[in-house]
Amino acid sequence: MKKFLTATAAAALLAGAAGAEDIKIGVILGFTGPLESITPHMGAGAELAMKEVSDSGKLLDGSTVTSVRGDSTCIDAAAAQAAAERLVTTDKVSAIMGADCSGVTGAILANVAVPNGIVMISPSATSPGLTTAEDNGLFFRTAPSDARQGEIIATVLKDRGIGSVAISYTNNDYGKGLADSIQAAVEAAGGTVTISAAHEDGKADYSAEVGALASAGGDALIVAGYVDQGGSGIIQGALDTGAFSTFMLPDGMYGTVLEEKFGASLDGSFGTVPGTDSPGGATFVDMATAAGFDGTSSYAPESYDAAALIMLAMQAAGSSSSADLAGKILDVANAPGEPIYPGELAKGLELLAAGTDIDYVGATAVELIGPGEASGSYREYEFQGGKITTVGYR
Amino acid sequence: MDLLNAIVALLNFVVIPATAYGAQLALGALGVTLIYGILRFSNFAHGDTMAFGTAMVILFTWLFQSMGIHLGPLPTALLALPFGIAATAALVLGTDRAVYRFYRKQKAAPVILVIVSMGVMFVMNGVTRFIIGVGEIRFDDGARFVINAGEFKKSTGLAEGLAFRSTQALTIVTAILVVAALFWFLNRTRTGKSMRAYSDNEDLALLSGISPEKVVAVTWTISAALAVIAGTLYGLDKSFKAFNYFQLLLPIFASAIVGGLGSPLGAIAGGFVVAFSEVSITYAWKKVATYVLPESLAPDGLMQLLSTDYKFAVSFAILIIVLLFKPTGLFKGKSV
Repeated sequence: MKKFLTATAAAALLAGAAGAEDIKIGVILGFTGPLESITPHMGAGAELAMKEVSDSGKLLDGSTVTSVRGDSTCIDAAAAQAAAERLVTTDKVSAIMGADCSGVTGAILANVAVPNGIVMISPSATSPGLTTAEDNGLFFRTAPSDARQGEIIATVLKDRGIGSVAISYTNNDYGKGLADSIQAAVEAAGGTVTISAAHEDGKADYSAEVGALASAGGDALIVAGYVDQGGSGIIQGALDTGAFSTFMLPDGMYGTVLEEKFGASLDGSFGTVPGTDSPGGATFVDMATAAGFDGTSSYAPESYDAAALIMLAMQAAGSSSSADLAGKILDVANAPGEPIYPGELAKGLELLAAGTDIDYVGATAVELIGPGEASGSYREYEFQGGKITTVGYR
Repeated sequence: MDLLNAIVALLNFVVIPATAYGAQLALGALGVTLIYGILRFSNFAHGDTMAFGTAMVILFTWLFQSMGIHLGPLPTALLALPFGIAATAALVLGTDRAVYRFYRKQKAAPVILVIVSMGVMFVMNGVTRFIIGVGEIRFDDGARFVINAGEFKKSTGLAEGLAFRSTQALTIVTAILVVAALFWFLNRTRTGKSMRAYSDNEDLALLSGISPEKVVAVTWTISAALAVIAGTLYGLDKSFKAFNYFQLLLPIFASAIVGGLGSPLGAIAGGFVVAFSEVSITYAWKKVATYVLPESLAPDGLMQLLSTDYKFAVSFAILIIVLLFKPTGLFKGKSV
């Protein structure tokens, strides 16, 4: 620690003359509320990237980066806006890594980020609605929109030659949103959706739901629900009555508990779950373990990538102000250029300073599409011999 | 052939599931209706009594399985059933001694007893979760199907499969046996007759020398036995999850009220009315219609009266209609 302090002090002294500054980046996540179990790892992920950059001393002639945390609460838009307002006006943050939940992210974007011209990169807001939000080019996300999963699923179905499907979804925003995006994507790809019906979680009996789904028919049944909830009840009912034998399982239905419950009777069924085979993922997990947090926790790698993108864009723009860096985010995130993995931020900063283009791959194989959201990598898996087997990445 | 296919599809997706579900509801509603008829209050703790009893049965099932005892094609849980009933009866009688007797002595109004039973419900809720946890448990073993959908298709050459699970067969057979035994007990034995007398007119029954404590104890024991049997059958057929039994309370009460609270026959009819209406009104008739109707009339839509989202609305609509026109239920129970 002492050595580290001396080193940073020395670095700061050396660089001091060239206009180094202390850059602040806001980290707005729901440290209280429904996501409070995963947000500490997300915050730690973002701060790991900031520490890496500060330690390298290569950002904008040796500037350091400090994290300023704010609580989005995930559900209370007023509280989240107040926290964001404080970070922007009092702490004068250059950019915001956040927020986490789609609702508060939209509120902060519209009422704080856009009026103040501050860049926001969310690691975890997946609502399709944010794609079309009015953002003046200031909003990005390293998490894919749920609409993206719908497209992935439509492609998977097409590749497997499945033309007609029935959809059963859990009756909430996630289930409904996902079911709608799957239906739109499947129909756009020329397939048919015979029925899209909701099921309630935790109910006593699913005979009625299974009966309706079976009557509508289809080559496969898509269960956009939760593995610990009604989703398994629907599968059980459909298997028992022989209504469906092939199931397509989106991310909420991924779990090894399916192997225990149904075993080989699910053979031939398949699903998608966010995931990447990029080598950056494994590197990030090791770095996280060394830093003392869980790198496999949901959206922790996305948080690292969001923070890293902000700082790399600063370097590319040669300025820490949001107005300048906003235009550079897509440049550093996407090809062409030298690929940059986690732990190589110093190399990326050097290349940028030398005027070389980079392609930030990061922990989640970042590729921003459309208005600046992750294209999303999904792992496609299949049941073979009663076991979940990875068949590829998309 | 098409007509056969239509019949098989209807059996597979409507008749068999609804009959099994109806039998489970009927057994639950019988317990509720007995308590209402004799102790004169709606026992909200019944769903959790079912959960507790099933949890006990599961524990005994595990014990027997570890000792290597099993019943061949039948689930081991059947062997554990008497032990589960004994444990649950002990709990229910203990609760009566500790809680309900106090209010009975006070001649408390039924509504107070209802609230008391809600308190008991929350305690039992906690006890059950404490003993067995909140997760989902499957404890059925033995043969899973009497008729398997795939094999049925192969052997008959029909396009539609027919599945008949052994747990569904077991549910229906057990329900018939239990109901027959209960009616024999209520109508033919001395204790049963004294229970009915107590239910009809408490004061007259007391004057004629019927011991109230004995009637109460027998009622609780029978209701506990019904709860454990219903709970175990339900758990075997689907799976055990403490929270689901709490959810089951709603359709059980709907069944008891539709049939007429206090009427055992009504409870059975109510169970089947609720189960069949939930499944058949929300059923998409497209498949059946496609088989039956000539090709030119084949439907494009799903031919579904109501989306399955509304299946609970269906049972409650029936409940309201019955209560509007027959306030005492289909089988002349006590008015609510």
